[in-house]
Amino acid sequence: MKFLAARRRNPLVAIGLLLFALIAVGGGYAAIANVQPAQASVGSQTQVEEGKRLYLAGCSSCHGMEAQGTETGPTLIGVGAAAVNFQVATGRMPLAAPGAQAVPKDPTYTEEQIAALAAYVASLAPGPAIPTAEDLDFSDADVAQGGVLFRTNCAQCHQAAGQGGALTQGKYAPNLMGSTPQQIWEAMATGPQSMPVFSTATLPAGDKQAIMAYITNLQTASSPGGLDLGRLGPVTEGLFLFTAVFAALIAAAIWIGMKAR
Amino acid sequence: MTDLTTHGAHGSEPTRPGHLPVADVPHVLRVADTDPKAAKRVERQVSSMFLLSILLVVAFVVAYIGIDKSTVVYIPVFGEVGASTIALGLTFGASVLLIGAGAIQWAKKLMPDVEVVQMRHELVSPADETAEAAANYERGKEESGFARYKMIRRTMIGAMALFPIPLVIMLRDLWSSPVSGTLSPAEILSTTIWKKGERIVTDATYLPVRPEDLPVGGLVSAVPASLQEVQHLEGNLNARGKAAIILVRMDPDEIVSQQGDGWDYQGILAYSKICTHVGCPIALYEQRTHHLLCPCHQSTFDLANSGNVVFGPAARNMPQLPIGVDSEGYLIAMDDFSEPIGPSFWERSK
Amino acid sequence: MTTTSPVEKAGASTATYVDQRLGSNKFLSRNLGKVFPDHWSFMLGEIALYSFIVVLLTGVYLTLFFKPSMVEVVYNGSYVPLKGIEMSEAYASTLNISFDVRGGMLIRQMHHWAALIFVASMSVHMFRVFFTGAFRKPREFNWIIGVVLVTLGLGAGFTGYSLPDDLLSGTGLQIIRGIVQSIPVIGTWGAFLLFGGEFPGTDIIPRLYSLHILVIPGLILAMVTLHLMMVFTQKHTQFPGPGRTNDNVVGYPLMPVYMAKAGGFFFIVFGIIALIGGLVTINPIWIFGPFTPDQVSAGSQPDWYIGFLEGALRMMPNWETNLAGFTLSWNILIPAVIMPGILFTALGAYPFIEAWVTGDKREHHLLDRPRNAPTRTGLGVMSISFYLLLFVGGGNDIIADAFDLSINGITWFLRIALFVIPPLMFVFTRRICLGLQRRDRDKLLHGYETGRVLRLPHGEFIEAHEPLSIKDMAVITSKTDIAPLPVPPKADIDGVKNKQFRKQNLRSKLSHFFYGENIPLPSAAEIEAGQAHVAHDAALEAPLASYEDADELRQFHGGVLHHPGMPETNAEQLADRKE
Repeated sequence: MKFLAARRRNPLVAIGLLLFALIAVGGGYAAIANVQPAQASVGSQTQVEEGKRLYLAGCSSCHGMEAQGTETGPTLIGVGAAAVNFQVATGRMPLAAPGAQAVPKDPTYTEEQIAALAAYVASLAPGPAIPTAEDLDFSDADVAQGGVLFRTNCAQCHQAAGQGGALTQGKYAPNLMGSTPQQIWEAMATGPQSMPVFSTATLPAGDKQAIMAYITNLQTASSPGGLDLGRLGPVTEGLFLFTAVFAALIAAAIWIGMKAR
Repeated sequence: MTDLTTHGAHGSEPTRPGHLPVADVPHVLRVADTDPKAAKRVERQVSSMFLLSILLVVAFVVAYIGIDKSTVVYIPVFGEVGASTIALGLTFGASVLLIGAGAIQWAKKLMPDVEVVQMRHELVSPADETAEAAANYERGKEESGFARYKMIRRTMIGAMALFPIPLVIMLRDLWSSPVSGTLSPAEILSTTIWKKGERIVTDATYLPVRPEDLPVGGLVSAVPASLQEVQHLEGNLNARGKAAIILVRMDPDEIVSQQGDGWDYQGILAYSKICTHVGCPIALYEQRTHHLLCPCHQSTFDLANSGNVVFGPAARNMPQLPIGVDSEGYLIAMDDFSEPIGPSFWERSK
Repeated sequence: MTTTSPVEKAGASTATYVDQRLGSNKFLSRNLGKVFPDHWSFMLGEIALYSFIVVLLTGVYLTLFFKPSMVEVVYNGSYVPLKGIEMSEAYASTLNISFDVRGGMLIRQMHHWAALIFVASMSVHMFRVFFTGAFRKPREFNWIIGVVLVTLGLGAGFTGYSLPDDLLSGTGLQIIRGIVQSIPVIGTWGAFLLFGGEFPGTDIIPRLYSLHILVIPGLILAMVTLHLMMVFTQKHTQFPGPGRTNDNVVGYPLMPVYMAKAGGFFFIVFGIIALIGGLVTINPIWIFGPFTPDQVSAGSQPDWYIGFLEGALRMMPNWETNLAGFTLSWNILIPAVIMPGILFTALGAYPFIEAWVTGDKREHHLLDRPRNAPTRTGLGVMSISFYLLLFVGGGNDIIADAFDLSINGITWFLRIALFVIPPLMFVFTRRICLGLQRRDRDKLLHGYETGRVLRLPHGEFIEAHEPLSIKDMAVITSKTDIAPLPVPPKADIDGVKNKQFRKQNLRSKLSHFFYGENIPLPSAAEIEAGQAHVAHDAALEAPLASYEDADELRQFHGGVLHHPGMPETNAEQLADRKE
């Protein structure tokens, strides 16, 4: 994770990832959109069927045979393709182990399989679609406005620097330093797990793009004041104070108090 | 306090006026005490520290002039950091540090390292001085007539007691009620700018909200539509600090209870955003559990159940704002909050 | 001195010039040779003093650029992610210091780091003074000044933390408002007077500014001056050691050694602060954004020294009572007003409480070893553990996030631990101290254990002991044994009832609690006998010195050295026995 995060900080890698994501998503979307361009974007019949097959094999035990939901998993009717893509592509689903919340890991399914699952779930009822390349283009977005929106809507859980934070009973809001614009969009549009939904009407595409621009800025920004101590604020500063600074001062005091040879 | 006694002095160590060497501890000579070459080496070491310090100050000036504020440099472990701050800190810090290290090295290696003894004296003043002080005090008391002139004494004590009053009383106008002094703090704290028909708009972007804009599981940080104008008029953020709310929508079947009958609108609930503990804004809403968690002290409220406290130090539930829709279909407040929002205070009755 | 250099001449003539006007040479003659004892822990207070000087210097620099105003402006500086955003002038000018003033970031970070170091070193200095009993007569006043200084340090720190008007500090002020507002009867008025009306208003930053740069530093400066004057008059305490008594000071004279060391240490502290200020970010206000009362960041924390109050607020159960239409918020009053009130009062009163309990009226200039005052040491460790638990509570969200724990779980653990762990720490610490006292007694009676096992000709195994060094002997025997106060009589010989019985009895009980289980030092005769016995061991071991390969032998025989004349193998040994 650390290795990945460090490499993602490199602006070139970020741009590369972004391009890759854009092409993959754009390509996938184009394929779907060709069949039925309506907002309830449903994939081709074969994709939906492949998706249903995968669904019954891998998801139905928790989410129900008809995706109606069971005691162990919520209904997927109306969650949309974006929710499926977010949960499966980040490896949160299928669940690795029962716990306070689903943890991201390497995805279990291939891109085609994920697209098929998404197409199947999207065919059940209309829901948030996977964002288009245009949706994810934040090159014209105002970073500063994104900052205001981030602090109004996101910082209370994900922390002002996007470092994540604790929720109740062991749940947590994840660190955003490795999140791609597509994941950010999908999370806002679908409200995975504890996260609430930020709908298109109350947080329009332009605002979402501004937030993406701000988070990308947080991910790639240099640290003007030197070592950033994880940008967690006074707790890590205090830890550094006592373990490093105070240790250095005491070491100096001991050196002064020692008899010279 | 020079002590020229010879008590406890042990012969071999050099003594200085006023000091006795320490008894019983054999003094071990340092290398520099015996070897002139080593002493020379220390001299060179210390002076090179001071010289380096001088050079670092020059380097500081060069860095100050030469490095632009916005230059970013990559340093392993540190990552990409501001070049100017790092360069200035390193040169300045090291130059100062070297002065200290040089001085201490000098003291440790070249200055005498023989511990010396100085006697302490009792802190208590000699009896004659104490007696003189007491006599002086008595004489002063007598001459002033402090004991005799009762009236002077009493009035003076009274005057002294009252003298700080003007200084304190003038602090009263640290705050004065803007409404011609009629409202008490508690009354001001008890109302917000919400009123019947006030439109609910999104925070930061001021968009009016229709019920259909908010899906189940949705969250909106919202303020009254008139807030921008009020804020502009008042020139402060006071109205915002009280009127901020969150809108959440849940399946109406999931709502266990509310603070008032029909205060929701089709499962949309509006709660104050200001914690009832010590007033932090809260929007940390878990849509699955309908819990609202305060990031400051972890008070947790159940928004599906009247905003009741389920964990943490808050004692009262989050105040709910009754909402409805206007003729154009936008969400509006049906009234102000029915109780003061935010932290408790003495005068509140509930 | 046969020749005088120009420098010395200049020095001497300056001294004369000043002396003719101030009579300063009298002072110099008395004090240039003043002796200061040397120990690293005596430098903790120096760290506090020097970091305070750095805070003053950097603070003056910051006042030249900071604008303590809450007027809303539109930011137009060079930090892009905030460009065009409305914010207070205070926040904008702090951004300006950070991004547009060359060296501004360095100074700001030095100021903040130095402030953290100031409070930290005062606290640790206070621990040193407490555990070594340096607060005892005649230094009680200085202890109180120290407690006042720590309190002022918290005030200086908090007012400074609040000035930039960023989202983090504003959240802190919002909490302060909540606390003030909760005070019975006068709470709302207090909050309105403090903030100039409702929160946040536009007055608080300028008001905190005048407190932060004038009132509090002025008081600190006055208190520091008093503190140092008292140290100077009373002379520094010293640790026990050879030649060190309650009536002398052993160390280095002010001129030149102490001056060079203390002066050098100032530059070292200054240098370390400048290095840290240049290399390590502190309080990145540009990330938190400008304050508005309806935004908040997860993981909002105060600086470390307020952490214990934050933790107390978080742990407190939600008690609130409503009496005849008035509200009492125990959930705020207890952790934020009553608990710190009791804590700081107890801290200030401790020297007087201990003196009353022990009935000790002597002057103390020789420091206690913490083990020799087990009850005091236990109380100290207990209080520190209480403080640390509160402190940990202040960061429970960060801990939960970093270690994948549940905040609720941590809070419940701490709620219980706060009442269980400190008393346990008291008992453990006291026991450990008494154990160490027993060990000291053993050392006096049997010398110190060398770890060398010796086998004597008749087969007996002994561990070789060596006599204590002069230093160890002096340190261990520095302990003074004091008998606890006797149980008072209920009535005197004439049968007159002792009216003070209850008070005296309580005092006697507390005194037993304080001294009761102390392990007394052996008598001088016992010590002498013990050390003589040790010398006997050494005599037994002496022949071994002739072994050229003693080390090798030791390894070969598993660390057991055989006395010469001892049969070498088991077979021989058995043969020996049969005979």
